[in-house]
Amino acid sequence: MSKAIHEKKHNQHGEADHDDKHPENLQKDFIIEGAGCASCVGKIESALKKVPGVTQAEMNFAQRTVSVRGSAGAQDLIKAVEQAGYKAKSSNADNDNDALNEKEKADQALYKTLMRDMSIALALGIPLMIYGLVGGSMTVSTTSEQLVWLVVGLLTLSVMIFSGKHFYIGAWKSFTNHSANMDTLIALGTGTAWLYSMVVVFFPDLVPVMARHVYFEATAMIIGLINLGLALELKARGRTSEAIKRLIGLQPKTARVIRNDKEIDIAIADVLLDDIVRVRPGEKVPVDGEVTEGHSAVDESMLTGEPMPVEKAIGDLIVAGTINKSGSILFKATRVGKDTALAQIINMVKRAQNSKPSIGRMADIISAYFVPAVMIIAVISALVWLNFGPEPTIAFAIVSATTVLIIACPCALGLATPMSVMVGIGKAAEAGVLIRNGESLQTASKITAMILDKTGTITLGKPKVTDIKLANNFTEKNVMQLVASLESGSEHPLALAIVESAKEQGVKLLKVNNFNAIAGQGVEAEVDGKQLFFGNEKLMHEHGIDLANYIETAQQLASDAKTPMYFAVDNQFAAIIAVADPIKEDSISAIKRLQKAGIRVIMLTGDNRETAKAVAKKVGIDEFFAEVLPEEKSKKVQDLQREGEIVGMTGDGINDAPALAMADVGFAIGTGTDVAIESADITLMRGSLHGLADAIAVSKATLRNIKQNLFGAFIYNVAGIPFAAGVLYPFFGLLLSPVVAGAAMAFSSLTVVSNANRLRFFKAKEH
Amino acid sequence: MLIINIAGLLLIGLIVWWFWLYKPKDAQLVNNDDVIVLENGNYSPSRIKLPANKSVTLEFLRKDASPCAEMLLIPKLKISETLPLNKASKIVLPAMIAGEYDFHCQMQMYRGQIVVD
Repeated sequence: MSKAIHEKKHNQHGEADHDDKHPENLQKDFIIEGAGCASCVGKIESALKKVPGVTQAEMNFAQRTVSVRGSAGAQDLIKAVEQAGYKAKSSNADNDNDALNEKEKADQALYKTLMRDMSIALALGIPLMIYGLVGGSMTVSTTSEQLVWLVVGLLTLSVMIFSGKHFYIGAWKSFTNHSANMDTLIALGTGTAWLYSMVVVFFPDLVPVMARHVYFEATAMIIGLINLGLALELKARGRTSEAIKRLIGLQPKTARVIRNDKEIDIAIADVLLDDIVRVRPGEKVPVDGEVTEGHSAVDESMLTGEPMPVEKAIGDLIVAGTINKSGSILFKATRVGKDTALAQIINMVKRAQNSKPSIGRMADIISAYFVPAVMIIAVISALVWLNFGPEPTIAFAIVSATTVLIIACPCALGLATPMSVMVGIGKAAEAGVLIRNGESLQTASKITAMILDKTGTITLGKPKVTDIKLANNFTEKNVMQLVASLESGSEHPLALAIVESAKEQGVKLLKVNNFNAIAGQGVEAEVDGKQLFFGNEKLMHEHGIDLANYIETAQQLASDAKTPMYFAVDNQFAAIIAVADPIKEDSISAIKRLQKAGIRVIMLTGDNRETAKAVAKKVGIDEFFAEVLPEEKSKKVQDLQREGEIVGMTGDGINDAPALAMADVGFAIGTGTDVAIESADITLMRGSLHGLADAIAVSKATLRNIKQNLFGAFIYNVAGIPFAAGVLYPFFGLLLSPVVAGAAMAFSSLTVVSNANRLRFFKAKEH
Repeated sequence: MLIINIAGLLLIGLIVWWFWLYKPKDAQLVNNDDVIVLENGNYSPSRIKLPANKSVTLEFLRKDASPCAEMLLIPKLKISETLPLNKASKIVLPAMIAGEYDFHCQMQMYRGQIVVD
């Protein structure tokens, strides 16, 4: 299981300390139900303190939570609370699902409110606008017109109060706080139009005859359109978090645990550490644990992207959210609630989605100054119209100022980066690629050189028997049985590879007598009444075994990055057994993908030059460094950086930690569900190097998307604001209507969110 | 016309002063577990004072349903949190050196400041 992630003792929320070395400091948090009065606090605390092993129990009445320190088991603590007349459940419970449901409910409610507000505003705005478009008089010249428009003005006011009050309250509160936001612009724009119209209605004589125009339709339409834009944006935003929703949805709601020798279904929140959990075929694994009975194939694709099910037997670790495909298994819960790998992946992805790459910094600076700047432009625009515009100058000034305020859209600028990051990081997580933050995402898109560690990165990191070349009528089964029996006493990695390989073939090991390891040569022993020799050329020569016909085969194997060893039985040569750390099946195609993307691929290894050369050649890498000591790896990264390369370093995240940290982007290759390796910017949950190409492809696509969004948002504001101010009027007689500006503004942020959503259809794999 | 122009320029000056130049003098001193409410696009209190070199836990309660209000960012502290609606979120601030730390929503439309001294 993950190393670094499980070493984390606490996080910034002050969650439970899991101090395994000092059980007296072990903290467990519970949510208390049924505590209605402050006096319950003492009762619950004293009940908990009476449980043997408890050193401290503190309840937070406001939050209805209790923190208990000590070595007492969670079940005993829950029982104590229940005996005191209350209910307790672990606060490590899966709250993500609840939070998600609550968020969806809140979003749904807000959507309904916005749509209702929109309908009411447009119900007034559309008829008024049509009336104006078909030639109806929008001016005030008679007393009856004054009366009619007064009624319309009051109706508009009720629309402003009912459908737009959130804009006005927000604007006022911001104003008193010396800040300004979108609400300020909308409130000022619609407010100015309405106020001017009311002045025309009440005091028509104050304005020139030509300027006695009312703009109630603009106010109502703008409020309606902006509410519509917000509602549609809310829907589109929901889709940007699909990836995280999918991850949260992986966790089942119940678990079947064995308590008092009975299997019972309980809520996932109630599963405790060390509970024995049953998972039947087709069911999802509810929490992380270690298999204690049975064996099965488990589908981990939802977390790692690895399409093939992984075999699990006693002692193997399984993680929450994966699906048990075949046999029924029992396992002991080792991580529950927020400690499971899945919960931590969700947490990490959420945090990454909320972080911003530096590309968005400029937009952030601009949006911080944007609203007051737009207000100033609106005033300048009005002054210019008043001083230099044609009659009726006051009407032109009002229209241009209103339109400037309404068309400006800081939201589009502000949303451009985070929306794309949200979708991009989610998309990567779907492919089993965990990106730590927005900055890593941005740098990954610029990588020019990629250093790959050999062992465990390009290769499997587990030596295996690759070739058995038989001689003198020996059979493979016979040879493997004898060699594996002989090597079963040795602890050499190559010996382990042979014994492992024999076990996989189901070979039964025999008894070994007179085992003798000969330094620098190999081993000898007696098995099944036969004298066996296993080792290098020298060992064979010492015992007069003729190798003449086999030397060439052995050399061929050596040049193929394999380690050949000779085996003889009763002084008769029996076989050459070659052991090698096999190259991962898809390393060659993944490296090709990287090279095709224009990335310089370099291999680093501590191995000897011959092996390194053979592996590099096999996977199509021209540049490699052999016999590199672990501490020299980061120097190689630095050397490349000095050459001007933006360097990605890929390793296992533990031995390569300094080099990963030194690189512009550190990629840690996990196996299975090893997640969140601290030194890495990007963690590949699947062992395949295709994750690298996927990560880079997703990063590039996301950056492209951000650039499109930023460009769109900049252009929109840069072109829209002068147009609204009327710069085209002197040349073409064009002046934008405030209603059109309202529609443009409402849909500009929707466009940004929708463009970010396009990333959802991005396919990372092109192999 | 002259009066209108002068009024316009004064308005511009007022905007610049009110939104950019004005420096509020008093920040509200808050303690552990004090609640900062986010409602109608505003944090209340929006300018808070904290002691230096001491970790403090603040609670943020979001009452504003708008998705804009969902995120809380404190860039200098690398904090970015999702605020659930109508439910207080505890944010643990590390011990900070004296200075000003802005906090805001994702689009920086809703803003506040922590003053550490």
